[in-house]
Amino acid sequence: MGPAGIAAGGKHVLEAFRVALAQSSAQASVKENCSSHQVGCLGLCARDVLVEVHKDGSKIVYQYVKPEMVQRIVDEHLVGGTPVKEWLVDDAYNAFYKKQVKVVLSDCGRIDPEEIDAYQAVGGYEAAKEVLHSWFPEEVIEEIKMSGLRGRGGAGFPTGLKWELGRKSPGATKYIVCNADEGDPGAFMDRAVIEGNPHAVIEGMIVGAYAICAHHGYVYIRAEYPLAVERLKRALEQATARGFLGRNIFGTDFDLDIKIKLGAGAFVCGEETALIASIEGQRGTPRAKPPFPVHKGLWQKPTVINNVETLANIPYIIRRGCAWYASYGTERSRGTKVFALTGKIKNPGLIEVPMGITLREIIEDIGGGIESGKPLKAIQTGGPSGGCIPAGMLDMNVDYESLAKVGSIVGSGGMIVLDQDDCMVNMAQYFIQFTQTESCGKCVPCRIGTKRLLETLNRITKGHGRSGDIERLEKLSAGIKSTSLCGLGQTAPNPILSTIRYFREEFETHIRDKKCPAKVCKNLLTYSINQDACKACGACLKACPSHAIAGAKKTPHKIDPAKCIRCGSCFEVCKFNSVERE
Amino acid sequence: MNDSLEKIIQNYRREGGNVITLLQETQEAYGYIPREAIDVFAETLNIAPSRFYGVATFYAQFRLTPVGKNKITACCGTACHVRGAERILNSLKRELNLAETEDTTKDREFTIEKVACLGFCSFAPVVLINDNVHGKTNSDSLLKELRAMRKK
Repeated sequence: MGPAGIAAGGKHVLEAFRVALAQSSAQASVKENCSSHQVGCLGLCARDVLVEVHKDGSKIVYQYVKPEMVQRIVDEHLVGGTPVKEWLVDDAYNAFYKKQVKVVLSDCGRIDPEEIDAYQAVGGYEAAKEVLHSWFPEEVIEEIKMSGLRGRGGAGFPTGLKWELGRKSPGATKYIVCNADEGDPGAFMDRAVIEGNPHAVIEGMIVGAYAICAHHGYVYIRAEYPLAVERLKRALEQATARGFLGRNIFGTDFDLDIKIKLGAGAFVCGEETALIASIEGQRGTPRAKPPFPVHKGLWQKPTVINNVETLANIPYIIRRGCAWYASYGTERSRGTKVFALTGKIKNPGLIEVPMGITLREIIEDIGGGIESGKPLKAIQTGGPSGGCIPAGMLDMNVDYESLAKVGSIVGSGGMIVLDQDDCMVNMAQYFIQFTQTESCGKCVPCRIGTKRLLETLNRITKGHGRSGDIERLEKLSAGIKSTSLCGLGQTAPNPILSTIRYFREEFETHIRDKKCPAKVCKNLLTYSINQDACKACGACLKACPSHAIAGAKKTPHKIDPAKCIRCGSCFEVCKFNSVERE
Repeated sequence: MNDSLEKIIQNYRREGGNVITLLQETQEAYGYIPREAIDVFAETLNIAPSRFYGVATFYAQFRLTPVGKNKITACCGTACHVRGAERILNSLKRELNLAETEDTTKDREFTIEKVACLGFCSFAPVVLINDNVHGKTNSDSLLKELRAMRKK
């Protein structure tokens, strides 16, 4: 039950199974030996609710399960022995997983995230135990360095190096912090990891704390993820009760306590120094670096901050070895990465792939192509700090260096697929509106610069673009990038620069012709009703909030352009495709 | 009001004085941060009210006005945006007669809030009505639901 699984009714399906199993005329052996478990995210949200039946060593998967289907599955499959064929997944389902390599997500969807026993049954906490008993901290750092693991929050800083710097910083009090403030819209990887396997994150923190010699840890997590918070709390309690946290962990002389700190709704708090300020209870404004948090962080003490996904990789790297991890990926981008594939794609969901895989493999093989069948237009990566990659570059590799070369970033892992019906100017406006709202206000280039960028894009999308606007956007963007105090400002102009780079013509059409080719920017549209196609059903008349449509039964309706506010309601409700947009 | 505030102040003192936690507990208790609460905190803890306001106005989670009986959360994350979130939000606001800067109806029955991303991207567009998730939704069905709620 990942985030989407629950939204699709996963809890009701699980409950239906529990009830059906308890009541069914099932043979005693089935009842006794059959247990239903909730698991974390399986990844293919599009087919939720997914139910796996493990019987006699084999696994059968049902898709789109609803509570009313459960009884039949229990009666025919569990008791009767015959799977209900029409509800099973098809080849496309397997195609989704074929090119994926699950490391971080390997146990999400396999184990019950609310049971520490389930995590231990698959080898959980073995890595931390072994490290604390038999490894020197320096050996841990060397292992992580050799694995090539880079920070998965977006910046891609080598994790082993960060831990080494943390270890070398002088001081008796140090902190390890897990950054679970996943703020990129369209990104839900960290959420799924914490909801699906919180113990892996805790184990990663234990190993990290040992490596840098920190005895106190924090998980800074978004308040907007209440289930993740609840599961994490529970996992921390269970780990403490078992002696994996607290004093003398695993019977050694190493102590570590981990506390949860809730975010309060500020995208900028995903930035290290702003996050630190927030944990300290202040307004989340960043500060200049250096000094970096590894030297002077939380309460001025050396602090290592790692992303959720980065930490969740650690137990698996320790258990299976750095060489195994480094065997995936490319030379400078080793290992795997979790991406949240969403937008106009057929199979939206969470995927984990080796670095270096091509965009084409992600979009076509795993994602199943564009849902509407229309041509792909671009793929947005890296969220509000990233850029778009046009359809023509589908054969490029996905890794830190390759994406940077084309003007985007890997970022935290959000990957939004856009088709012909998406306007790139609108996308640029959307992102700058987001970053402008989230700007903390401390430095002039970001506070005022992003505002000016937004105003310009608002004018352009409303039909008041002026000649020279594109050049103005480019110049202002360059200035904001080079003078902003923190990563938010430094990357806020990226979506604008990227869309201008690859879709300059679309900008020019908006500015010069006052037209939106994708028919998204509503001020540039005119709605009309095709008099031949109109069936005079009155649906649009009823839906129109500004009473701009006139018409009676059997008379084709007409839109009064003076009253039309271009909300698109008529277009949405018309079942006969008679409403046209230009 | 004073009993629960007393408890919040005790927690504040015991746990090292974190203003964000104090405000989160206040909002948990009252649904928003009342002016009166800030006055009590300022007086009791000898901290200027501006410090509390500075933190409360910085973080999106905190409200300074009472919340409506029914909370509608419209996700405006990227995946929802490309699937028509803006149009849905506009139609909801129109239905409830809310101006651009307003988020709560005058009878305090409904509050609409925009959120950047709920993490249900595969079910875009997503709207929560009192924590019930409406995925792959549209203006039509949401307005129907709102009107049904109003009738009650």
